[in-house]
Amino acid sequence: MKDMLTQSAFFGVVISLLCFEVGLFLKKKTGLAIANPLLVAVLMIVAFLLLFDIDYEVYASGAKYIDFFLTPATVSLAVPLYRKLSLLKKYPKAIFGGIAAGVLTAMVSIFLMSLAFGLTHEQYVTLLPKSITTAIGMGVSEKMGGIVTITIVAIAISGIGGNIIAEFVCKVFRITEPIARGLAIGTASHAMGTSRAMELGEVEGAMSSLSIVVAGIITVVSVSVFAMFI
Amino acid sequence: MKFMRQLAIIMSISFIAEVMEYLIPLPVAASIYGLILMLIGLITKIIPLHKVEDAADFLVEIMPILFVPPTVGIMASVEALKQMLVPLCVISVVSTVLVMVVTGRVSQRMIRKGNGDARDGVSMDGAVTQKGAIQ
Repeated sequence: MKDMLTQSAFFGVVISLLCFEVGLFLKKKTGLAIANPLLVAVLMIVAFLLLFDIDYEVYASGAKYIDFFLTPATVSLAVPLYRKLSLLKKYPKAIFGGIAAGVLTAMVSIFLMSLAFGLTHEQYVTLLPKSITTAIGMGVSEKMGGIVTITIVAIAISGIGGNIIAEFVCKVFRITEPIARGLAIGTASHAMGTSRAMELGEVEGAMSSLSIVVAGIITVVSVSVFAMFI
Repeated sequence: MKFMRQLAIIMSISFIAEVMEYLIPLPVAASIYGLILMLIGLITKIIPLHKVEDAADFLVEIMPILFVPPTVGIMASVEALKQMLVPLCVISVVSTVLVMVVTGRVSQRMIRKGNGDARDGVSMDGAVTQKGAIQ
């Protein structure tokens, strides 16, 4: 049976899609940010593989056909950014200033805390791209010699955490301008936070989704500098 | 066929991006080169939006599913994860809050201090939330 699974190109694909569907269902039923479909799917698959003693390689031999689409999907992120370009032209200072300040804050705070925790270079560069969208963050982590899967975990914590605390943080720190709120949420917690920003309002949602790619690109450049510090 | 042709354009850009990654000695992943190429193509109208948007929207929509296999790879990094679990959680949460606050405060200041035209189009929303905040 296991031999059959090893040869099957569909086992990994089917279990991935099915578990993601379950995650989507749970998300819809509960409405909780923590019921993130990616998180649910991964936990289910890992449990399944461990339970039936199936190697990751067996799963990956089929599932690799899914992540084959990652590069084209990341390339496609240019399309939603292009559609929002008029906003960027309208508020260039607030958008670039805010996002650049945010990315710099991410870099400096991660650097200082990594130093305090005594992290190795590998662990440090694993965390550096943690605020940006998974597609871009994975590439950054890989190129810098980080542990890509752990980067994805850090990105998920930032996204889900940001989604949950966004409204509270904006209230406490008196961030009331819709543009500023959207930029704050998108820069800190990428696409997973953007779903929350869209619930807050149309301007918030648009600004948040614009920040995803802009913050991603600024981070690519900044990480290559900050990676040298530890 | 329309969808296939759109996919073909996106795949071609992905391939050119891979070539760039190979040729350019910078620590930048192929997908980033591809994203920037596509953006330049759209801005210069060399690639008209309608020639790629259906396939691109589809790929962006299914993107969360594409992260499933790489994340399951965490099985192979459990030891590394255990070693940095506490810093991982602390750093992720603290820096997320900091980034949110700084981005929000800086852009808010720029909107308010900057030229008045920056408020066009959002004056209603802004006025409502601001009033709420003062009370």
